[in-house]
Amino acid sequence: MNKARSGLTILGIVIGIGSVIAMISIGQGAAGSIESRIQSMGSNLITVMPGFQKSFSQVKAGMGSAQTLTIEDAEAIVQGIPNVQAVAPELSRRYQVVARGQNTNTQIIGTVSAYPLVKNVEIGLGSFISDQNVRSMSKVAVLGPTTRDDLFGENTNPLGQTVRINGINFKVIGVTQSKGGTGFGSQDDIIFIPLTTAQKFLAGADYVSTISIQAENAQTMASVQSGITNLLLRLHNIAEPELADFNVLSQQDILTAASSITNTMTILLAAIAGISLIVGGIGIMNMMMTTVTERTREIGLRKAIGAKRLDISLQFLTEAVMLTFLGGAVGIILGSGLAYGISFFTALPTKISLFSIILAFTVSAGIGIAFGYWPAQKAAKLNPIEALRYE
Amino acid sequence: MIEAKNISKIYKSGNMETKALKGISFSIKEGEFVAIMGPSGSGKSTLMHILGCLDTPTSGKYFFEGKDVSQLSDDELADIRKNRIGFVFQSFNLLPRATVLRNVVLPLVYAGVSRDKREKQAKTALQNVGLGESHFFHLSNQLSGGQMQRVAIARALVNNPSLILADEPTGNLDTKTGEVVLDTFHKLNSEQKRTVILITHELYVAKHAQRIIRIRDGEIL
Repeated sequence: MNKARSGLTILGIVIGIGSVIAMISIGQGAAGSIESRIQSMGSNLITVMPGFQKSFSQVKAGMGSAQTLTIEDAEAIVQGIPNVQAVAPELSRRYQVVARGQNTNTQIIGTVSAYPLVKNVEIGLGSFISDQNVRSMSKVAVLGPTTRDDLFGENTNPLGQTVRINGINFKVIGVTQSKGGTGFGSQDDIIFIPLTTAQKFLAGADYVSTISIQAENAQTMASVQSGITNLLLRLHNIAEPELADFNVLSQQDILTAASSITNTMTILLAAIAGISLIVGGIGIMNMMMTTVTERTREIGLRKAIGAKRLDISLQFLTEAVMLTFLGGAVGIILGSGLAYGISFFTALPTKISLFSIILAFTVSAGIGIAFGYWPAQKAAKLNPIEALRYE
Repeated sequence: MIEAKNISKIYKSGNMETKALKGISFSIKEGEFVAIMGPSGSGKSTLMHILGCLDTPTSGKYFFEGKDVSQLSDDELADIRKNRIGFVFQSFNLLPRATVLRNVVLPLVYAGVSRDKREKQAKTALQNVGLGESHFFHLSNQLSGGQMQRVAIARALVNNPSLILADEPTGNLDTKTGEVVLDTFHKLNSEQKRTVILITHELYVAKHAQRIIRIRDGEIL
């Protein structure tokens, strides 16, 4: 076999397998990080979100647009549903925030004292919003660590300072501990204020945007979820569950939805990488065709001394599979290196799974068989007399 | 051991029909050394292919060791070639980047002989044609023409065939090395009682055989 030619040809497989491995590991890494983000939102968590704004016309507003959830709903859940550990209604919106001349745009969450328990939030400095704050509509704020860094400088103590949210002064009474995660939806770039304050002074309305409920344990999740659904249907005077103006989602529901998205993304990435595998396979086929032609006399001789069609066919198939297997092995090393490099130089997490390695080996062997088959058949069908005469 | 009955071979290409063999009949007994002689285009190569079970006749019957092989399939013919026939070609047809030993072992690989036995048989065959141990691990493209042809003869011998078929075995050799090769065939015939068929166009080569079958324009003269 011609070494340079074989080397160049398997490069196609190397690149194909390498990119499949890298893409799958990026996809799985993303899935893993999204999963842990969802887990960190709290344990045994059930979320009630508003649904469509229903009206008598055919016009539907977007999901979450309804303003039908209220503090009363949250209180009814606390009183009416067994096995509920804590309930935290919240009203969240984004506002411009100013402090000491620094300003930022961040998410303001109006909520109650149960929030840290339900959402796994821990207090770093000072204290969280108390029931007293909620009752008296105090203008106090608890900052996320990122917001604190943006407004007051890194690792400073802002307790007692004032922040202006939408033109209203709030006194800082606490800073939460970092939960990690960056970018949109970060749990660190956030400001908590009392729910009543948010409704009266910022939103000017008395609805809440989400109610988070913590069930006592994983076993009671299902009964709590259905209990809440029935209770809210009754409270909202809705007879048909399909017409509900809210959604009750468990953490598992969110996890399932998120992983179906990341799975689709992984498959998409792998499919794009898979195209290069097919191109690589065609390269193998092309080279095997040339090899068969070049070795026509050898094939003729082998047949003359007793090789059957199957013997010849297997010989060339084995050669093709060995080439693609070698390419697959190098590709796995390259792809793993690439994945490692990506998570080393960027924040993107990657995860190389045994599954993707086994997949890569199977696929490369499969490509050897699929694209080696035709050349092998061509070799096997050669007429020994003509093959021996071939110049 | 060989009986050809009224063998014809017709090649068709498009509308053209070429009659390469026109009803040839003869027989060869076991242990004979026969030369088939004829000018190029006489049909002797076609005849050799049929005798060697590389091809089947268009009509007529060919009995090899009492068995009618004229209608067998490709793979059935391969079985006969593997076990019963050894070929020697004009252009040697050795695997160029393989050792001498590997070349001789090759037919035994297809015959399914075990690894240890293969090597032993191959070494014996090489010694039979006068190639000693020192040559076993040379690459076959480093040998002289005469040596190459003797490797090819060893390869033909290695599976203990009942028939050795040599197609112009001296065609690519000078007269002196040609003589050495022909001597080897002589010895195989007289000492080991093997049946040898020699295909050639030269009388002085054919004269080494006990009997000459002359062929011209697809017919026996």
